[in-house]
Amino acid sequence: MSFEFTFDGHVVSAEPGQSIAAALIAHGRRTWRRTRTGAPRGVFCGIGVCFDCLVTVNGRPNRRACLIEVTEGDRVETQDGAGRADLAC
Amino acid sequence: MEPAVPTSPADYDVAVLGAGPAGLAASVAAASAGARVALVDAGARAGGQYWRHRPGDAGRGQHDWARFQRFRAALETGGTDHFAGHSIWHVERTSDGFATHTTDGEANRVVESRTVVVATGAYDRQLPFPGWTLPGVFTAGGVQALLKGHGVLAGKRIAVAGTGPFLPAVAAGLLTAGADVVGVFEAGSPLNFARHPFAVARNVAKVREGARYFRTLLRHRVPYLTRATVVAAHGDGAVAGVTVAKLDSAWRVVPGTSRDLACDAVAVGYGFTPQVEIPLQLGCATRLDADGSLVTIVDDRQRGTVEGVFVAGEACGVGGAALSVTEGEIAGLYAAHATIPRQRLRHLTRRRDAQRAFAAAMHQAFPLGPQWTSWMDSETTVCRCEEVAAGEIIYAVRDLGAIDARSVKLYARPGMGLCQGRVCGFATSGLVARHAGRAVTADDLCGIAKRPIAQPLTLGALADTMEEE
Repeated sequence: MSFEFTFDGHVVSAEPGQSIAAALIAHGRRTWRRTRTGAPRGVFCGIGVCFDCLVTVNGRPNRRACLIEVTEGDRVETQDGAGRADLAC
Repeated sequence: MEPAVPTSPADYDVAVLGAGPAGLAASVAAASAGARVALVDAGARAGGQYWRHRPGDAGRGQHDWARFQRFRAALETGGTDHFAGHSIWHVERTSDGFATHTTDGEANRVVESRTVVVATGAYDRQLPFPGWTLPGVFTAGGVQALLKGHGVLAGKRIAVAGTGPFLPAVAAGLLTAGADVVGVFEAGSPLNFARHPFAVARNVAKVREGARYFRTLLRHRVPYLTRATVVAAHGDGAVAGVTVAKLDSAWRVVPGTSRDLACDAVAVGYGFTPQVEIPLQLGCATRLDADGSLVTIVDDRQRGTVEGVFVAGEACGVGGAALSVTEGEIAGLYAAHATIPRQRLRHLTRRRDAQRAFAAAMHQAFPLGPQWTSWMDSETTVCRCEEVAAGEIIYAVRDLGAIDARSVKLYARPGMGLCQGRVCGFATSGLVARHAGRAVTADDLCGIAKRPIAQPLTLGALADTMEEE
C-alpha cells in the first residue's frame, strides 16, 4: 500500500519498507545534497557507509537517506554541506 | 551438545554482531547449542546485504533464499534476542566478557555478553576515477541494495564496471528487473580462473551460479568485456555518460581505445573491503589477504587473537555468502562452548577448506592492476567527504615528506570526513604507497581502518553513555 511524504515541500509517494533514497530515485530524483564546495551528491554506496546521501528528516539533519525507511507524512529536506553548526541537533 | 553454562552476570552468552549470512549462521548454531544469544544488526530486517529484502518479500531474485528462510524461522523459535536497527559504535572488553555499545539513532543500548562473534561483512571497494562523485555513479552493492531491498532500479541505462564475480551477478539482476545494461566492463582478465581446476571442481554450485548470470547476459545481448573499464563519468549535475577504455595487463589505459557511452547510471566495484573496526577496537591481530584487503587473523575455530572474540565471514577474508555461512556455524558453536560431534566438525571443516580454496582462486583470478592510479588526474577527488583531490595527496607525499596514509591524512585530510576513510582508505593507501615507491602494507590499511567510534554519534548521546557509567 503506497503512502506519501514530502520532499522540500513536494508530495512524493513511497512503498512500505522503502528508504528515503529509494523513493526519491524511483521518482527520478538523483541529486539532493550539495557539498561545501557546491558539488552535487546523491546516493553512492546505498548501504550506510559513505554518508553522501544526507538529508534533514522531520527537522533532524545529517540522516542517511539510504538507511532510513520513509514513513507516511515524513518531512524530508535537502541539506547543504555536512554537519554545519546551524544544522546541528 | 551441552548447553553453555552461565557463569557470569552478563546478559548473554554470545553476542553476534551482524545479521548477514555469517551472523545468522552463528546465531542459529549458538542458540541450538543452548546459548543465550543476542543478534545485533543495523538493518531493519535480518539478512545483511546478501539477503537484503523488503517486508513480505517472497524471495524473487534472491539466491539461496530457502536457507535464509530456515535461518529466520530458527531465529524466531530459538529464543534469540534480535536487536534490529542497532548500529554498533564500540565494543569493549569487560571483567567478564564484552560490552557492545549500540545506538538506534535515538537511544543507546549496551549489550553484555561472555563472547562475541564478529560478522560485520564487507562493502564495495572503490578506485577513484574522474567523475565518480557525480550522482548516478553508485557502488555495485548499492545498485543491488536498491533493487533487492527497495525494488528500485538505479537508472534506465546502466554501465556495470570494476572487477570480480559480483559484476555479472549485479548485471543479471538489473536485466531481470527490466533495466537496460549497456555493458559489463571487467578490468581484469578472469580466464586465469581456469588455472584452478581443483578449487572449481569442489565448488560446482558456485560455478553453476556464475554460469547462470552469464546466460542472462547472453540472452539480453549484453557485452561482457574484459581488460576494459569505466575510466571517467560525465554529466552536468548527474551522470549522462561514461568513457570506457581498454586496459593493458597493469591496468593502464591503452591509447586510442577510449569511447563514450550514454547512460544514466554506473554500478562500480573493485572487490570488497571487510569491516574490521570492531576486531581492531578489541585488539585483534590483522593481516593483508591475497586480495589486498585487511582481514582479521583467525584460527581453526574462527577465534581471533583476543580471547572470547570469534570472527566469521568477510571480516576474516572475503569469500562470499556460502563460506560465510560455514564460518558462522563454526564460530557460533565454539563461541557457545558447544561440544561438536566429530563427524559434524569434520564435515564443516572440509566444507570451509573447499570454499576457502575457491575464494583464494577468485582472488588470484581478479587481482587489481597496479596502474589504476593512472586513471586519475590531479583534480580527481579521492576523499569524497572532505573533497580531497589526488594532487593534494601526491603533494603531501612528494613535497611534504609524508610516507604513509596516516600522515597524509593529517596533512591533506583524506579519510577525515563522516565516512572515516571507509570509502577512500584503500585508494589513499594505494596512492600514497605508489608515490612513496613501495607496496601497500597491512600497517597502512590498519592505520586507516582504526575507528574508536565506528558510527557518528551526537555529543549528547556520548554524554548519556558516560552518565550511565
